[in-house]
Amino acid sequence: MKPLHPFWVIVNKEMSDHVRSWRFTILLSLILLTCFGSLYTALNNIGMPPKSGGTGNGSFFFLQLFTATDGTLPSFIVFINFLGPLLGITLGFDAVNSEFNRGTLNRIMSQPIHRDYLLNGKFTASLLVVAILFFSLTFLVMGIGLIVIGVPPTAGEFFRILSFTLLSVLYVAFWLNLSILFSVRFRQPATSALTAIAVWLFLAIFYPILIRMVARAMAPATGIMADPDVTFQYQHTVLNFLRFAPSQLFSDATTTLLMPTIRSLGPLTMEQVSGAIPNPLPLGESIFIVWPQLTGLIAATVLCFALSYFSFMRKEIRS
Amino acid sequence: MKEPVIAISKLTKRYGSLTAVDNLDLSVYKGEVFGLLGPNGAGKSTTILMLLGLTEPFAGSMKVCGIDPTTHPIEVKKKVGYLPDDVGFYDNRTGLDNLLYTASLNRIPKKEALHKAHQLLEQVGLAGDTKKRAGAYSRGMRQRLGLADVLIKDPEIIILDEPTLGIDPTGVREFLDLIVRLSREQGITVLLSSHHLHQVQQVCDRVGLFVGGRLIAEGDIAALSAKLFGEEPFLIQADIDCPGTEDISSLQTALTQLEGVGSLTLASGCLHIGCSHDVTAAIARTVVQSGYGLTRLQKKIHGLDDIYHRYFEGGKA
Repeated sequence: MKPLHPFWVIVNKEMSDHVRSWRFTILLSLILLTCFGSLYTALNNIGMPPKSGGTGNGSFFFLQLFTATDGTLPSFIVFINFLGPLLGITLGFDAVNSEFNRGTLNRIMSQPIHRDYLLNGKFTASLLVVAILFFSLTFLVMGIGLIVIGVPPTAGEFFRILSFTLLSVLYVAFWLNLSILFSVRFRQPATSALTAIAVWLFLAIFYPILIRMVARAMAPATGIMADPDVTFQYQHTVLNFLRFAPSQLFSDATTTLLMPTIRSLGPLTMEQVSGAIPNPLPLGESIFIVWPQLTGLIAATVLCFALSYFSFMRKEIRS
Repeated sequence: MKEPVIAISKLTKRYGSLTAVDNLDLSVYKGEVFGLLGPNGAGKSTTILMLLGLTEPFAGSMKVCGIDPTTHPIEVKKKVGYLPDDVGFYDNRTGLDNLLYTASLNRIPKKEALHKAHQLLEQVGLAGDTKKRAGAYSRGMRQRLGLADVLIKDPEIIILDEPTLGIDPTGVREFLDLIVRLSREQGITVLLSSHHLHQVQQVCDRVGLFVGGRLIAEGDIAALSAKLFGEEPFLIQADIDCPGTEDISSLQTALTQLEGVGSLTLASGCLHIGCSHDVTAAIARTVVQSGYGLTRLQKKIHGLDDIYHRYFEGGKA
């Protein structure tokens, strides 16, 4: 048998390290717990007729597994939006600096491998772990849903769920890369973990609050006096600012993918809505709507990776 | 003349305004144990990192096994094993797993790697600890595991950076013996950096003295001491007992007339006599014949210690 390429050797080792580690076990149980919690509430509420009343046909039943909630427990997508960053940060925050501190970095670097194998290998391994986790979780939820409600998903629903899962992996990949970047920059794992968590909290909680505060101060007149054009512009601007946060991009994209009735992510004027038939969009159209969000997420991920790659390649190996 | 396996010429490395390695020329030949000796911060580690292509030189050129490590680091790293001064292992894996990981990074087939790892662990005396986690290893054990880790890729050259740091004296002795034995048995060239004079003296065929990024002397111990102490490689100390009189000038004159005696200094009843060859017997005879008492006579051959100190005195002056 031909020996494995060193790159895959590193990926192999990193993956088994992740799977065996305590932090992954803890996070996994947390995610499983919330996943089943939200699945339970979803299943309890799924029998209710849709609140909006007229989705036209009774389909997209299956997608409600991921979105339905009665208000006591957030839905599956909200949980992923919240726990995904934590998962990414957990898998990446000590990727490089712990090797450096343990003195394993220069030992590995003196083996006949390219320097970037280590960084790429670590990234690939973490991403694979996340992908495997999310896909199995999604299929698990689908399987349980199938048994309980007894209605198989249509092809459209299936692909919507698949693209949602892919999107979640991409979202976690962004946070993973951000924390890897910090692990290259900061010598202490604690510093890099705290910095990553700080960025996450800022973007997830404080940033939207900040934007809303500023937006409220600048809000144009409302009510009968409102100029529709100004209001429209204003809403648009606020939304665009909110979209600097990856979590906003993610929730925009997931809701569009999982709720086919959503036809725009921005404000719609009466003229735009008036002629529309309240029908769900086909999958292609939904993806078309979230394309900017998707591109934004990919761009942020690539940017983080490029930065960490650059600083890792220039790093002095000696301790 | 043999071909050097490590040839360094005019190598310079700067970190900002600090010159870590300054115009270094060095050759190491196949099968020898070469000691890089110098105080901390002399540029030993930097030189080693450049030899492995882990740091880029500022100027100059190197050839390791005929390959330039700056442009072809992978080829060099296939042939060179490197044991860093603070070698680290994955603490949650066993010693054996750590070795197998290194082996697989070197594309050694699994079966062969397993066989070799067991053999090496036997050689370095860790056969009983293969299933123990590397985190539970003592410092000496880690160092020996490091040696096995270096050897698993069948290197032509092994580079050891301060390999004896933090090991107890018996451990050091065993470790160095192991290195020398491996080098002799398998014809591996060893480059060993240290600031411990005695260890280097024990095991190295040749020594390079490194101060402030420069190699100020190179050669075996005898050649070094000849170079440094010039005409007087021997130093004889004699304690003279002179009852009644403090004046021993007559003795001094008598001694200087002996063949081979060079410098002569007197310090609190002790004569330091520098000689070109061993004239201890003649000195003893002269002292006694002159009517003085000889209470102690000691012959001293210059060791690395003296060489080292002489250099650092010289370096500062």
